[in-house]
Amino acid sequence: MPIGKNGQERLGKSAVFILGAGALGSSGAEMLVRAGVGKVTIVDRDYVEWSNLHRQQLYTEQDVAERLPKAICAERRLTAINSDVRICGIVTDVTAENIQSLIAGHDVLLDATDNMETRLLANDAACKMGLPFFMGACVGSYGLTFPFGVQTQQPCLHCLLETLPAQTMTCDTAGIISPAVVTTAARQAAGVLKYLATGEMEPKLESADMWTGERSSIDVSGLKKSDCPSCSEHASYPFLTLGSSIRPAVLCGRDTVQLSWPRNKRLELPLFVQSVRKVVSNLVHNPYLVACEYHGHRIVLFHDGRMLVHGTKSITTAEKIASELVG
Amino acid sequence: MEKVIKLNGKKYEVPKGVGTVRQLLDHLDLSDRIAVIEKNQSIVPKGAYEEPVNDKDQIEIIHFVGGG
Repeated sequence: MPIGKNGQERLGKSAVFILGAGALGSSGAEMLVRAGVGKVTIVDRDYVEWSNLHRQQLYTEQDVAERLPKAICAERRLTAINSDVRICGIVTDVTAENIQSLIAGHDVLLDATDNMETRLLANDAACKMGLPFFMGACVGSYGLTFPFGVQTQQPCLHCLLETLPAQTMTCDTAGIISPAVVTTAARQAAGVLKYLATGEMEPKLESADMWTGERSSIDVSGLKKSDCPSCSEHASYPFLTLGSSIRPAVLCGRDTVQLSWPRNKRLELPLFVQSVRKVVSNLVHNPYLVACEYHGHRIVLFHDGRMLVHGTKSITTAEKIASELVG
Repeated sequence: MEKVIKLNGKKYEVPKGVGTVRQLLDHLDLSDRIAVIEKNQSIVPKGAYEEPVNDKDQIEIIHFVGGG
């Protein structure tokens, strides 16, 4: 038995932080919750859309119809799967400001983000806080995994990237097949279970292509950089000091701009519904967000003070729409 | 002479005109990707992509992607 009674007990006492409730997050969370880890926190900034359903296995058509945030649906579904596990779904954008308080108190970080910036932010936070990190990414029929953070002589994700990612890499717009998601998530989850049950980790960079049958495994232990800004003795954690969560952002590959309001200027969702009811169409609201159409743009306002303006890559256009709606 | 290598665990006939690691990356459309490359169980440093690709080499290429 790879886990055994003692391992299972250790699993039951462990807390897993899952960064992202998209494809990898759905799949990895379900495996870990069924395996009986003690606690799962799953964080996501987005809501469920039709185009997610072929690969994001925790969600249903009903969730799309209700425009529910992924973190809320994930918490409900995972609790229905195994009510012994404490599940906490959090609807928020993970940023340099909040990541350390979010991941504190967990034993591992499972990477299920859809972009390299957030992944590098998580890498910095995990390195600073000494949290083992299980990286995973996939697109098309291809996925890769890389766990690290148990032995300090091993490289971190930043060591491997060497140069910072080009824009092309952070904005994968190609489609993806579910088998690529599930194999990538399975490798991550196996790594998490093995680490939680036994304390062991194999820091190998691995990849698999479910279409061509290619697979690869590279021992990267020689790639640790003694001057890495994220994991060396004199680390400066550059991604924890970059940027601000209230800065507008164009979401890569999504034709969407995200705007945020500072905490003291946030809108109450019911007041927003009242004020826009006459000028928007297809209005849907729930305790977490308000979604509507306005001049051909789909608009979503979340209770944490973020607004997504779909159908544009222009921050100016998005800000103009926001000021028309919010005043 | 035609070169046959093992690429990511599969037999791969190296196209004519591909003589170095860099040319192989170009041919595979991976030259603008961040990638870790191993040749015959040794990592090829970023500055050494002019290394030749020889018959029977075992090459592993893992490139990074953003999605998830």
